[in-house]
Amino acid sequence: MGDYAPNIARFSDLRSFAFICGPIVLNKMKRGRSHWGAGMAGLLAWRNLAHDRSRFVVTLVGIIFAVVLIAMQIGLFLGFSDSTTTIIRHTNADFWIVAKGSQNFEVTLPINERELYLARSVPGVAQAEALLVQFTLWKKPDGGNESVIVLGSNLNTGLAGPWHIVEGQLEDLRRPDAVMIDRVFLDKLGVSTVGTRVEINGRRAIVVGFTQGIRSFTTSPWVFASYRNAQYLSGFAEDATNYVIGRLHPDADPARVRDALAQILPRTDVYLSEQFATRTRDYWMFTTGAGASVLISAVLGLLVGVVIVAQVLYATTVDHLPEFGTLSAMGAPRAFIYKVILGQAVISATLGGLPGIAVSMIIAKGSESTAAAILVPPWLVAPLYGITLAMCILASVASIRKAMSIDPAMVFQR
Amino acid sequence: MTRPALETRDLSMVYGTGDTAVRALDAVDFQASAGEILALMGPSGSGKTTLLMLLGCLLHPTAGAVWVEGQPLAGLSNHALAQLRLRRMGFIFQSYNLFPALTAAENIQVALELKGRDLGEATELLDRVGLAGRLRNYPRQLSGGEKQRVAIARALAGDPPILLADEPTAALDSVTGRTVVKLLADLAHAQGRAVVVVTHDPRVGELADRVVRIEDGRLRP
Repeated sequence: MGDYAPNIARFSDLRSFAFICGPIVLNKMKRGRSHWGAGMAGLLAWRNLAHDRSRFVVTLVGIIFAVVLIAMQIGLFLGFSDSTTTIIRHTNADFWIVAKGSQNFEVTLPINERELYLARSVPGVAQAEALLVQFTLWKKPDGGNESVIVLGSNLNTGLAGPWHIVEGQLEDLRRPDAVMIDRVFLDKLGVSTVGTRVEINGRRAIVVGFTQGIRSFTTSPWVFASYRNAQYLSGFAEDATNYVIGRLHPDADPARVRDALAQILPRTDVYLSEQFATRTRDYWMFTTGAGASVLISAVLGLLVGVVIVAQVLYATTVDHLPEFGTLSAMGAPRAFIYKVILGQAVISATLGGLPGIAVSMIIAKGSESTAAAILVPPWLVAPLYGITLAMCILASVASIRKAMSIDPAMVFQR
Repeated sequence: MTRPALETRDLSMVYGTGDTAVRALDAVDFQASAGEILALMGPSGSGKTTLLMLLGCLLHPTAGAVWVEGQPLAGLSNHALAQLRLRRMGFIFQSYNLFPALTAAENIQVALELKGRDLGEATELLDRVGLAGRLRNYPRQLSGGEKQRVAIARALAGDPPILLADEPTAALDSVTGRTVVKLLADLAHAQGRAVVVVTHDPRVGELADRVVRIEDGRLRP
């Protein structure tokens, strides 16, 4: 037997192929033995793609574009979903008491402050306090108004309030008229530096600090203040509030305490924190249709991606039809041809999908300083790759049908 | 008595139906034996390629029967026919039909892998057709004669007893064509294969053990 080590083991061939098809195939090839499955079919798939570099680059760009499109839509959905519950998730409360029938966090009716004292009397409740959330108008220093949501909380307990403070101190909010806003909304609110004086609901206020990355699903910026400042700035009645939040004793049964609170406070709804977050998220994402539209966009992105990838894979297959005919004439099993075409799909998905995911993560990182967050967290990488793989495999169905429709006799008629 | 490697009886092939029907073969009785090279000659459209495709299990005849090493093809599934082609036959095409993205050795390794053989045999096969130094060359880097010899080496992968060649010298100059035909003759004589060559090339006829002439779908004496 000759001493020729199979050519497919050369580094130039393997540098991408081995990366894709993994060490098992690589070892098979290095040994120079393999069943008709992965080895030569994988090599043929890779070479069919790489043979025409211009087309391959176009293919990869198409897949990258499709992946970025899908990732952006999913990222927007996650960003929206995240922003609907961002305040709830960043409080340390175990339970929320709201006016009966409230659908979401942002829009509620007032409840009497008396409910706060009643809540404190329920066994199992370790701590309860009022939280004020109120839409009002912000007058920019250079004129013009913006709708904002004032959030007033007890600064002494740390149950709620601003986080990610990047300029100023939490203690600064104790000053009269003091508020904090997020950097994301500086332009929108006409503020450039700490110390800027503004008007909220016709009352004077001063910006004493900035947070970073606290977005609002309603697009009305959050304005953080102490509870009393918020009450003053929003013009809320002194004996009213719109949330009572609190913590439970460590050994208390959350469901039992919730039921007890609901019984003693019949004019309110009582939720555990996770329940309230879910209720708010479901309201904004599904009841209003906002989330559905983003989901539909994601599906459309997927369809566009399938069409792009199908087109390029189909063109590659058509280019190589005579070779598939030759394989058929030689007696190659259908599975071998499937593997060549599916191999092309897997290679395309990998070499186009991973850069596409990387680009998406960079764009998502860049969106951190904008009002519309795009979230592409690390856990999304595997699902995105799975979607890309499924998209490429789905796209290769037309190619498989085309390759299988070839009459092997055609090779004698060329 | 040894059975022929290939045999047909009353073999007919009609393309199309009704007014557009074309009778490509008409009641052909044909035999090719192991150890002989047989040239199938005739004018264009005479039916020689159709006969080759029927011998190669690539077409189903309209009437008549084909036997490969004594096994009748009638009733075999497409999968079984493909297996028969894979295990017992090698094909050589006029336009080589090499995979342009693969090197000479890799082209042969595809066939070796399909047949469950050691990929390292590619070296020996290329050496046998005088191309030991062209292992890593792509088809575009080979001359027409070299491409055809790579195609022959690929057809020899798995050591099939039957070789079917369609105009293997048509795209080659006379010297190269003669080399290829001598190689095919050697494969028949020295290695005991049945080699059927469809050709217009009289040089093939000169080197063949037998020439079968076909005209208007019928064999001529």
